[in-house]
Amino acid sequence: MIIELSNIFKSYENGKMEVPVLHDISLTIDKGEYVAIMGASGSGKSTLMNIIGCLDRPTKGAYHFDGSNIFGYSDRQLSDLRLNKIGFVFQSFHLLPGQSALSNVMLPLQYAGVPKKQRKEIAAEMLEKVGLGERIHFKPNQMSGGQCQRVAIARAMVNKPEVLLADEPTGALDSKSGEQIMELFGQLNDEGVTVVMITHEQEIASHAKRIIHIKDGCIIPDKSKEVVTVEES
Amino acid sequence: MLENIRLSFQGIWSHKLRSILTMLGIIIGIAAIITIVSTIKGTNEQIKENLVGSGNNNVTVSIYQDGYEYEINNYSGLPSGINTISTELLDKISNIENVESCSVYNKRVDWGDSIFYNDTALGSSSIYGVDDKYFSTCGYAVSYGRGFHESDFDKKRKVVIIDSSTVTNLFDNTNPLNKVIDINNEPFTVIGVIEKKDTFKPVINSIDDYYSYVADSESGSRLYIPSTSWPTAYYFDEPQAVVIRAKNTDSMNSVGKKAATILNDAIVTSKSFKYKSDSAMDDLESIQDISNSTNTQLIWIASISLLVGGIGVMNIMLVSVTERTREIGLKKAIGARKGKILSQFLTESVVLTSMGGFLGVLCGIGLAQAVSKIANIPVAISIPASVIAVAFSMLIGIIFGLIPSIQAANLDPIDALRYE
Ligand SMILES: Nc1ncnc2c1ncn2[C@@H]1O[C@H](COP(=O)(O)OP(=O)(O)O)[C@@H](O)[C@H]1O
Ligand SMILES: [Mg+2]
Repeated sequence: MIIELSNIFKSYENGKMEVPVLHDISLTIDKGEYVAIMGASGSGKSTLMNIIGCLDRPTKGAYHFDGSNIFGYSDRQLSDLRLNKIGFVFQSFHLLPGQSALSNVMLPLQYAGVPKKQRKEIAAEMLEKVGLGERIHFKPNQMSGGQCQRVAIARAMVNKPEVLLADEPTGALDSKSGEQIMELFGQLNDEGVTVVMITHEQEIASHAKRIIHIKDGCIIPDKSKEVVTVEES
Repeated sequence: MLENIRLSFQGIWSHKLRSILTMLGIIIGIAAIITIVSTIKGTNEQIKENLVGSGNNNVTVSIYQDGYEYEINNYSGLPSGINTISTELLDKISNIENVESCSVYNKRVDWGDSIFYNDTALGSSSIYGVDDKYFSTCGYAVSYGRGFHESDFDKKRKVVIIDSSTVTNLFDNTNPLNKVIDINNEPFTVIGVIEKKDTFKPVINSIDDYYSYVADSESGSRLYIPSTSWPTAYYFDEPQAVVIRAKNTDSMNSVGKKAATILNDAIVTSKSFKYKSDSAMDDLESIQDISNSTNTQLIWIASISLLVGGIGVMNIMLVSVTERTREIGLKKAIGARKGKILSQFLTESVVLTSMGGFLGVLCGIGLAQAVSKIANIPVAISIPASVIAVAFSMLIGIIFGLIPSIQAANLDPIDALRYE
């Protein structure tokens, strides 16, 4: 088990009011799984994703990532965890606008302390892998949405994380580009990467091997088409 | 780190106008300081140069009684408690570090009652009994006629060398050579006229005090006779003084003090007498003190501009943090530690202010040159001051960049990513 959430609660302070967002969420995801989280807008998907991605801490409940309880982790430990074990992909790409695709992908390598020359090689290789080998010097404003998202995926994967977290990765893309992204996710999952993806499109979710439905901050008991037996890696 | 610096330059370049405006406070402050410092340094160096050039890196060590310069009159001779200066003692003084040469002499001040040419009295003047090294030590040169020969000393010739003021006052600017003048009722033949080797060039307009000092020290007519002929006109033993030429202007004071100590230890036994040194540097230092204190005030004012500049930098950095909230959030999300974000913004702020400081130094140098041309004030660019100025701008970058950088480092990545 790489992700293990037990009785997670999350609420936000809104002035004096406590706004509960997640209610008693328990969830486990094994290594190598491909999971889609579905739900309406405002149902708490992103909040859940932020907790899984160690960007946020739950108000209550325990979270074990790869066997260790992150409750006691310092900010610095969480940073290192995100750097090495988790890759993020966002709906709006979040690329650094002034920088080339290559520089964007090199960034996590820089944080990991990889020497500059190797950074370039590894980042270029990664861009090659997502099909942008010829565009490594393009800046985000010179690329289409689909291409930008592939740069973002290259950036997320460049430190070889175990988990790829994607928050509506196709939300800003046309369906053709979306399909390409899904293909890439499938390929990464085949290579053993655990993929957790948020979406509200059935079409996109169907690429995953397991679908988790969430409504008003609660997981709806599994009513998905099949229960997938996870292949051991 | 290098990466951060490169990115900072990129950032500054992509917001050229904003960056320049932000740096302006720093540029103005640093430029003002560099201009002021260059002007002080230029003026001081000019004064020193003039002192050296005019032979004024001389220190006179003479005898004082109860704090006042001891004046020898016609009836005094050598008072008890003082001795004459022996050759050995003079050798000892010439061996002091940084002494180029030294000379011992007798001196009397005349108020117009003992020096005559025909019936003309010279009026206020000084007469010196000098050894063979006096003129070279004091930086005098014979402008016409001749100087003293060895035989003048050996044969105790009654010859006199005069300055141009004496030529004017006693001879009405006619040729004085071979004329005979009366010194304390003894006839002395004029053999030469001397003048300062390098006459003082009036370059510094700003420090009037300096001129009055120089003018003052050159006033009155002067006559010189061989020390061996001194007893012919006056007494055998009279208190003597020493003039020392220091190798450099900076060592004048220490050389004078050491010489005075040597003399006091060796030949002064009375409590009321004391040899004291008196050098042009003393006056110079008080002049410098005055100009330095006014300039220190100017530097304080310029520092306020730096403070304002620093606040401007802080303001822009805060704006920059807000503008780049998304970038910061993303970087934290993909694993940048707090320290990375902090150092990124701090570097940016330091690069910004250092560049401002560097431009300020350049502007300051330019401005100093312009001031020197327009106001005819000498300037000297100080390398240490320039380096300190840039270093100080860096410090301003750190101080005023700290709050925005901490703010950036503490941004919550979720809020930051959500920020549109
Ligand atoms: N920082 C916050 N402060 C207050 N409320 C928040 C905050 N973040 C999210 N919420 C609320 O939590 C709920 C879930 O948000 P989110 O997880 O973004 O939903 P989803 O991603 O499923 O659309 C929403 O009602 C939202 O308004
Ligand atoms: Mg969302």
